[in-house]
Amino acid sequence: MSRVVHYLNQFFAGFGGENAASTPPGVKPGAIGPGKKLQELFGTDHEIVATVYCGDDLAAASPEAVATILDLVAQQRPDIVLAGPASTSGRYGVACARVAAGAARAGIAAVASMHPDNPGLDDAGAAVVIASGASVRDMGTSLERLARAARKRLAGESLTEADGRIGRIPRRNVLVDRNAAGRAVDLLLARLRGEDAPAEVPIPRFDHVTPAPPVADAGKATIALVTESGLVPVGNPGRLESARATRWLRYSIEGKATAAAGEYASVHGGYSTVWANQDPNRLLPLDVARELEREGAIGVLHGEYLVTTGNGTTVPNARRFGVEWAAELRRAGISAAILTAT
Amino acid sequence: MSVAERVGAVRIVPTRGIPYPTGDPSLPPAEERAWRRDLLLRALKAVSTHVTGPTRF
Repeated sequence: MSRVVHYLNQFFAGFGGENAASTPPGVKPGAIGPGKKLQELFGTDHEIVATVYCGDDLAAASPEAVATILDLVAQQRPDIVLAGPASTSGRYGVACARVAAGAARAGIAAVASMHPDNPGLDDAGAAVVIASGASVRDMGTSLERLARAARKRLAGESLTEADGRIGRIPRRNVLVDRNAAGRAVDLLLARLRGEDAPAEVPIPRFDHVTPAPPVADAGKATIALVTESGLVPVGNPGRLESARATRWLRYSIEGKATAAAGEYASVHGGYSTVWANQDPNRLLPLDVARELEREGAIGVLHGEYLVTTGNGTTVPNARRFGVEWAAELRRAGISAAILTAT
Repeated sequence: MSVAERVGAVRIVPTRGIPYPTGDPSLPPAEERAWRRDLLLRALKAVSTHVTGPTRF
């Protein structure tokens, strides 16, 4: 009998919804929530020995939390770690992906489960991710697919698209009869006939964004400045990329009245930074934000700004930054953010 | 349709140029600062307003 550890967020582990999104990492013996159905599917072949859990805000924003989760997992000496299903829940998906990637790096077999549109998918790297349905309504079939994948993985078999595997699947060379131009025309004709012919290269899809509710009174709210303009302290201490950013950074603006020239500069490689470097308030409107804070139009200006470079950034990375920023800002008690975009 | 609308940003304050979203180097300093203040006041109005989809302020 193999030892299985299951990872869940605070909601599925029974701690509550958004009010419990900062629940610290922990462990409970045996299967909980959707894990019970997984255990049923495993029968007596495999045993869920423990469930490790963490609140979504913490798991998506704090590398330390993920490290703690991985420690708790390793202490159970599992043969495999299963994470999710996370469906389309962004923070939960990021957490599941990082748990699976971390376990895989530590030499523990891991399978995460989430919807193909989940922004966490890219974080899984080469770890195995199996497609789940889009919502909790699909939980039954999602768990069945996850259990099948886990059985195969435990049997030492590799998982492919046929098992519902998504994300970064190693590419294979295959020989085909027709060249790319011929295949492109075939695909076009098939689409014109109304057939649902799949593209050979998946096209990124933009999200539909659900608007956040408005803040009741900006004069009482804590408001953050965030930007994809590549504006960093001169010298670029965090080494932010000028294009194809893979990360974002944060810098303190505590006590600063303005984004002074000579103190900040943009490393963005996609536009001329001459005007911004002459007056960085043109990218990060700190001077006026402070003025409005003094006058009471802004309750409190958040003590740091978040920054990345929006230049040829991949959609999965941009999605991930968005999820991480949202989790980070929520954790810091921010009601609204003003994002300056170049 | 602007890029911001196309990618589904929901509260949008249009500005005057990619390299200076909260500025306008063609203006004298005092006027540029007034323009930046106007943009921020519009942004504050935007976050205080209920919207159902991409909306310009």
